[in-house]
Amino acid sequence: MANEVILLDFWPSMFGMRTRIALREKGIEFEYRDEDLWNKSPLLLETNPVHKKIPVLIHNGKPVCESTIQVQYIDEVWSDKNPILPSDPYQRAQARFWVDFIDKKMYDAQRKVWWTKGEEQETGKKEFIELLKTLESELRDKTYFGGDDFGYVDIGLIGFYSWFHACEKYGNLNIESECPKLIAWAKTCMQRESVAKSLPDSEKVIKFVTEIRKKFMIE
Amino acid sequence: MATDEVKVIGAWASPFVMRPRIALNLKSVPYEFLQETFGAKSELLLKSNPVHKKIPVLLHADKPVCESNIIVEYVDETWSASGPSMLPSTPYDRAIARFWAAYIDEKWFPSLKSILKAEGEEEKKAVLAQVEEGNALLEKAFIDCSKGKPFFNGEHIGYLDIAFGCFLAWLRVTELAGGHKLIDEVKTPSLSKWAERFCNDPAVKPVMPETATLAEFAKKIFAKPTA
Repeated sequence: MANEVILLDFWPSMFGMRTRIALREKGIEFEYRDEDLWNKSPLLLETNPVHKKIPVLIHNGKPVCESTIQVQYIDEVWSDKNPILPSDPYQRAQARFWVDFIDKKMYDAQRKVWWTKGEEQETGKKEFIELLKTLESELRDKTYFGGDDFGYVDIGLIGFYSWFHACEKYGNLNIESECPKLIAWAKTCMQRESVAKSLPDSEKVIKFVTEIRKKFMIE
Repeated sequence: MATDEVKVIGAWASPFVMRPRIALNLKSVPYEFLQETFGAKSELLLKSNPVHKKIPVLLHADKPVCESNIIVEYVDETWSASGPSMLPSTPYDRAIARFWAAYIDEKWFPSLKSILKAEGEEEKKAVLAQVEEGNALLEKAFIDCSKGKPFFNGEHIGYLDIAFGCFLAWLRVTELAGGHKLIDEVKTPSLSKWAERFCNDPAVKPVMPETATLAEFAKKIFAKPTA
């Protein structure tokens, strides 16, 4: 049966980036459709009626929602190459734990850095750096979070790296000086074609953040 | 390795702690239940879950696994030969089960909790409406997932049954406190029957607290401090 894969996404979304990377790691052809989140398409509303959010992966007409669930789905359907989750149950549980940690904490912490001001921003910056340091200490001296092979936790985290320069600009931070190992890890990931193709250029993200701030933030 | 010692750090009233206990019971895995004291965290808990410092934690040969739904998948995979699979067999059906489990944790349970904490009629009405909307979605999800069988997972209790069913005691406490039914034969007929089957299952009964006992406990922890 021919595989028809459509991804409803929004180019700056760190969550959408996960699914893009997973599809590319497996060498799957897919149709990428960029959504206007202020004017959501009927297809998006129909395929994700519960949350009305991107990304939505539509495989042969059947929708899968939630980026981490999509990555696991892709790993299970196309299990013949480039495994994303480890095969050992304990290692799998550890990988799931760290992606869950990233899901619970990263977005809100990062958002506080580029979206808030004053005391709220200062607290946000401290939390964000602490978070990155926790992840860095989990990484230790490994190439990737899972060891020698690129995998689930790397995919779960790397999308946020495309927003780092925007955080540094608006948060007045130097992430590399705080977390050099994590930045080294990110640069290693960026050398993979699946990652380089799936992450937007940092400058494009900075421009996007600048526009959002102009539109919605009270200066 | 699978026969190494298993411990669960938790508390009897926590629905999240119920999840790994039900999973272990379904796989007939004996375990030691280490109860935390309400209001104080043990050294072992802090050492085993330094990131979140929360229960439940599963210790398998002293190696910790944290986060209730992750523990359930770990139990399913580690003791795969000891009982039926807790997740459906196709990747698509597994994605659906995981989707609803995530929905329950991110949206449904927080709105259930807000009913008990809601102040004033307006707020209560609003959160009630949210929970009922969620229940309607889950009623439909049950019909779609179960495909005519007794549980979300089909013939046997599985990941999504556990993810949702663990909240049933708290749901009954909330119904008692508010004087209104949330899951019943009229609004959610399929879920109502499923709830009874779930609670009476031998893997669930020993770890599901009695509604009256839980209601007493709820009164204590939600009691407003005196000025």
